[in-house]
Amino acid sequence: MKPVCKMTQVADLIPDGATVLIAGFLGVGAPLRIIDALVAAGRKNLTLIVNDTARPDLGVGKLIAARAVKKLYASHIGTNPETQRQMLAGELDVELVPQGTLVERIRAHGFGLGGVLTKTGLGTVVAEKKRIIDINGESWLLDLPLGADFALIHAHKADYVGNLTYQYTADNFNTIMAMAGKKVIVEADEIVAVGEIAPDDVKTPGVVVDYLLESRA
Amino acid sequence: MNAKELIARRVALEIKSGTLVNLGIGLPTWVANFIPEGVSVTLDSENGLVGMGGKPPSGLENWNLTDAGASPVTALPGAAAFDSSVSFGLIRGGHLDVTVLGGLQVDSEGHLANWMVPGKMVPGMGGAMDLLNGARRVIIAMQHTAQGAPKIVKKCTFPLTSIRVVDLIVTELAVIQPSAAGLVLLEYAPGVSVADIRQATEAPLIVSENVREMKLVQNEVPVV
Repeated sequence: MKPVCKMTQVADLIPDGATVLIAGFLGVGAPLRIIDALVAAGRKNLTLIVNDTARPDLGVGKLIAARAVKKLYASHIGTNPETQRQMLAGELDVELVPQGTLVERIRAHGFGLGGVLTKTGLGTVVAEKKRIIDINGESWLLDLPLGADFALIHAHKADYVGNLTYQYTADNFNTIMAMAGKKVIVEADEIVAVGEIAPDDVKTPGVVVDYLLESRA
Repeated sequence: MNAKELIARRVALEIKSGTLVNLGIGLPTWVANFIPEGVSVTLDSENGLVGMGGKPPSGLENWNLTDAGASPVTALPGAAAFDSSVSFGLIRGGHLDVTVLGGLQVDSEGHLANWMVPGKMVPGMGGAMDLLNGARRVIIAMQHTAQGAPKIVKKCTFPLTSIRVVDLIVTELAVIQPSAAGLVLLEYAPGVSVADIRQATEAPLIVSENVREMKLVQNEVPVV
């Protein structure tokens, strides 16, 4: 059985200065209540690894607006003018990573691989300072694994041993990020009894999950 | 008809039955409204859905089922949902037939820049670099100029999205195809002359021997 964390306690798990993977795509499939708890706790100096920063009033965007972030890895910040403002003003260190490369870097970390070879980004500014590897006469860009102290996950269903399912496009980065955090904290739409999720339907095995957030009141 | 609708109606002619198609955010999304009747395509959404349908009726939205702009959509019979690793595996792995993307600049070599204006606007590349890398066919749907300035230029001044050459450029004035010799003007919009197009284009244009007026999908009402 995994510990079920109260809303009032969840932010205590994540200290200032932590590196945090947060799943979601423009807020869809994002652990919105955990994000709210971090904002309310006034967390500072976080390093975030996210697909995007949603909007200043939505999802991860709230952490940006609250100035809780010092370093950001993301593929897209176009929907959040505040992220761009902080970046252009030199207040926020942003590394933009192509979306397919970002997910594979996270996967490499979580799956115990040493890196990713891709052609995405070859010949562009994202290839600067990276190694180009020649394999049988073809050039590939080497991108290194990316993991974190914490992964914050949104599941559709969780059972009490931490097995997870996802719904439609709310899966996005969740399945992969759940493998790449030292501590994995899950906010589910619904927590169900053990046995209610059939083994074949489990997308994230509960063995990688550390905490569940209590159900919405 | 405004510029965006004209571009979408022309791009829609490029969409063939039986293909898997990804439409970028903004103008490219409009193309779905004009896919000709009888053409059956499967739409890919990079946030993890193949078989994307139109908007659900009001009140039936599921916020776990959205397009790449986070607007609620439907999943058609036969649809499949998956994580971002699978989604970009489809894109990078050569399983996607066509992508339609917007652009900030395209140059005489057919290179696209569409993810940042240094010092001013940094939306990020999102999935664009992977789409350029992996899609079998890349169509750029964009307005011909931005505040009067040409977007089809000799050499991109903004950072490139990819060194891959795009396959077709569709604007409200013209259809242009990159080639080893340079950009080839294939079609002009109704009422637009080749001189008008040259005036609005910084890159040199080779006028095709078979240059002709642009055809447009004539669907009366958007179907989605």
